[in-house]
Amino acid sequence: MKHDLIKQMQTILPSDAVLFEQEDLKPFECDGLSAYRQVPMMVVLPETEAQVRDILLLCRRENVAVVARGAGTGLSGGALPLSDGVLLSLSKFKRIISLDPFARIARVQPGVRNLAISEAAAQHGLYYAPDPSSQIACSIGGNVAENAGGVHCLKYGLTVHNVLKVRAYTMEGELLEIGAESLDTPGYDLLALFTGSEGMLGVITEVTVKLLPKPELAQVVMAAFATVAEAGNAVGEIIAAGIIPAGLEMMDKLSIKAAEDFVHAGYPLDAEAILLCESDGTPEEVADEIARMQAILARCGATSLRTSANEADRLRLWAGRKAAFPAVGRLSPDYYCMDGTIPRRELSHVLKRIDELSKEYGLRVANVFHAGDGNLHPLILYDANQPGEFHRAEELGGKILELCVEVGGTITGEHGVGIEKINQMCAQFKEAELQRFREVKQAFDPSGLLNPGKVIPTLHRCAEHGRMHVHRGQVPFPDIPRL
Amino acid sequence: MQDIIEQLSNTVREAGRERRPLRIQGSGSKSFYGRAVQGTTLDVTPYRGIVSYEPTELVLTARAGTPLTEIEAALAVNRQMLPFEPPHFGAGATLGGCIAAGLSGPRRAYAGAARDYVLGVRMIDGKGDDLRFGGQVMKNVAGYDVSRLMAGSLGTLGVLLEVSLKILPLPAEELTLRFDMAEREALETMNRWAAQPLSLSATCYNDGVLTVRLSGAVAAIKSVRQKLGGEVVQDAASFWHSVREQQHEFFQSAKTLWRLSLPSAAATFNVLESNVAINVSARQLIEWGGALRWLASDASPATIREAAAALGGYATLFRSTTPIAEPFHPLTPPLLIVHQRLKKAFDPHGIFNPGRMYQEL
Repeated sequence: MKHDLIKQMQTILPSDAVLFEQEDLKPFECDGLSAYRQVPMMVVLPETEAQVRDILLLCRRENVAVVARGAGTGLSGGALPLSDGVLLSLSKFKRIISLDPFARIARVQPGVRNLAISEAAAQHGLYYAPDPSSQIACSIGGNVAENAGGVHCLKYGLTVHNVLKVRAYTMEGELLEIGAESLDTPGYDLLALFTGSEGMLGVITEVTVKLLPKPELAQVVMAAFATVAEAGNAVGEIIAAGIIPAGLEMMDKLSIKAAEDFVHAGYPLDAEAILLCESDGTPEEVADEIARMQAILARCGATSLRTSANEADRLRLWAGRKAAFPAVGRLSPDYYCMDGTIPRRELSHVLKRIDELSKEYGLRVANVFHAGDGNLHPLILYDANQPGEFHRAEELGGKILELCVEVGGTITGEHGVGIEKINQMCAQFKEAELQRFREVKQAFDPSGLLNPGKVIPTLHRCAEHGRMHVHRGQVPFPDIPRL
Repeated sequence: MQDIIEQLSNTVREAGRERRPLRIQGSGSKSFYGRAVQGTTLDVTPYRGIVSYEPTELVLTARAGTPLTEIEAALAVNRQMLPFEPPHFGAGATLGGCIAAGLSGPRRAYAGAARDYVLGVRMIDGKGDDLRFGGQVMKNVAGYDVSRLMAGSLGTLGVLLEVSLKILPLPAEELTLRFDMAEREALETMNRWAAQPLSLSATCYNDGVLTVRLSGAVAAIKSVRQKLGGEVVQDAASFWHSVREQQHEFFQSAKTLWRLSLPSAAATFNVLESNVAINVSARQLIEWGGALRWLASDASPATIREAAAALGGYATLFRSTTPIAEPFHPLTPPLLIVHQRLKKAFDPHGIFNPGRMYQEL
């Protein structure tokens, strides 16, 4: 069958755009979650919409599953290939089709890197707001598929708030134009449904994004605290004062130490927690907001405060936070990154429980936290070469995610479910809800051939939950900042 | 309150068994919007009240029957607001109706729409199951975003029980300015200003006057005011209220009111009536920086929809003194199929507000 499919693919694509030799397939065996690896049957690299459509039609006819892939930087295994499936890479779709500074929109192909959009818009004083920390490498198509976040999303929103339209092909080869350059469209809000659907509803071939005026100025305050509880309280007080900071990040002692050893950002090593509070806007707005935040932080017991004096200083203060993942990675042979979101008021309780669990399992946990929007990234340190240690890390991770659900939060704030958190979906949703998800997928993909086996667990899988053990946790692209 | 949910579930199950359509109703403030529905009224107003609201979490959860005024009053005490500034269109407007209609007010182009602030829903589906999607946290990518799908679905997919919304602080300062200018210049100005950090939070153009609202820090508003010039509008709150609630003179005189959703930079909207090109600018009210254009016109729906489509947008027949056949812009065939399948998934017996949006749903 494989031989026949290759021949048919070669009628759609030039022969160098159909890969099927083992050594050519190897680079595609995983995405950003490299602990899960699977060499696909073949990789296809289309460069036109007509080719994408024909590939999907062919696979539909031959009953072959398709997994779409952008830059492959995702952290939940959403682009993990299938051994008997086709991996459809959008890497040749890397053109900015148009950028209209007057209308403040950009039409781009899905393989365009997130940062490249802002770079192209910069000459007009505009930028694309969502900034996942892998933005130098990740692609906009993948951002839409994952509903990517970033450090600034409390103020500027997630991908879903910044995308106007997508063109996508269904598994049946049908073109769907979802959304518009206008602010709303007739019918259901399919754009919301499509954003964050992890490549299971359609293959995106074009994205239209909103561009925003670039803030004139940004400044950051770093505050150190003697307890995590005080830092958490300060976050609540800033919000209560009516301030929506452009960024509001927290790091605990272990993360601070790791980051400081790695990039020498000037973090205080004796602090139990630090907060990074950023303000952006006009110089008047920033001066006003920074002064108010300094006063609140001091009142909430900050043991030291440092405000960036200039842009270089601001970037240095952020460097430690942006390098937190690789920095923590230096403390331990392996780490496993979690992505739960919790109501902020539960922060002290959750961190205390994580600390108890950490002791119980004998594994260190470093915590970095998008404090403004409650998105917690506990990093579990372990050594895969020590027998049994990975299993303990995995079990501890599962416990942490279930703790997030227990306090009213969610198992994933921005990394997606993919293959990684599929078991925890059973903890967050009941069967009737999972069944609606399956039917949403069927509404777009009745054949179920598009990225099957991701995100939504089968009934059987939920019954088996807890018995699946797969090695995970190593992040490739170690040089890309991760938040 | 659990007994009300059980009652609603039982009614839905029974209606499903008997294939008997239900007309879901809050206060009825938006009953003019969409197609007429024949069915037994399912009153959701008894299921009311704020479930949880902690100002520092920036999240509010309330039952669908809660009056918007009650929610807005609770937020105001803490100097917070619903950022999408929803129109009420009636004294009793409920949260459920607000989200089901998915309509947003003057701040929409600058702060986002109703759907942008929906974090989670609790709902009854067509099988009578009590389901929850999304949650009460800002960031949540677990499963498909079914909660945002409910915004604007006009009750055709389920009975909303509870909605969790992201909320925001009230701006420290607001100032409204007015400028005399022609329509073309106003469209150009609104787009040009939106590309600069000017703290815009609402725009409205009608009959030769551009009105602009600024929101932000006191110092920022002061400096933007100096940059823009213009004349300060006194009693601005009542002006924006009149636009939002369609009590402005323009809306009062419109017999047939069209809602045109266009790209903000689209050119002046013109339609041919009886083969005579007429300038309709005096019969338009423009909001959202040019992206929302209200039009009073008796031209045929086909003419208006064609003209809107030519500009890259859509036309909704919003209100009329005569019965409305098809209020919403038709869907393309591939999108209609997806809509029908989604409808089937959430409402397998076709009992929720059948035909409210399209005959096929």
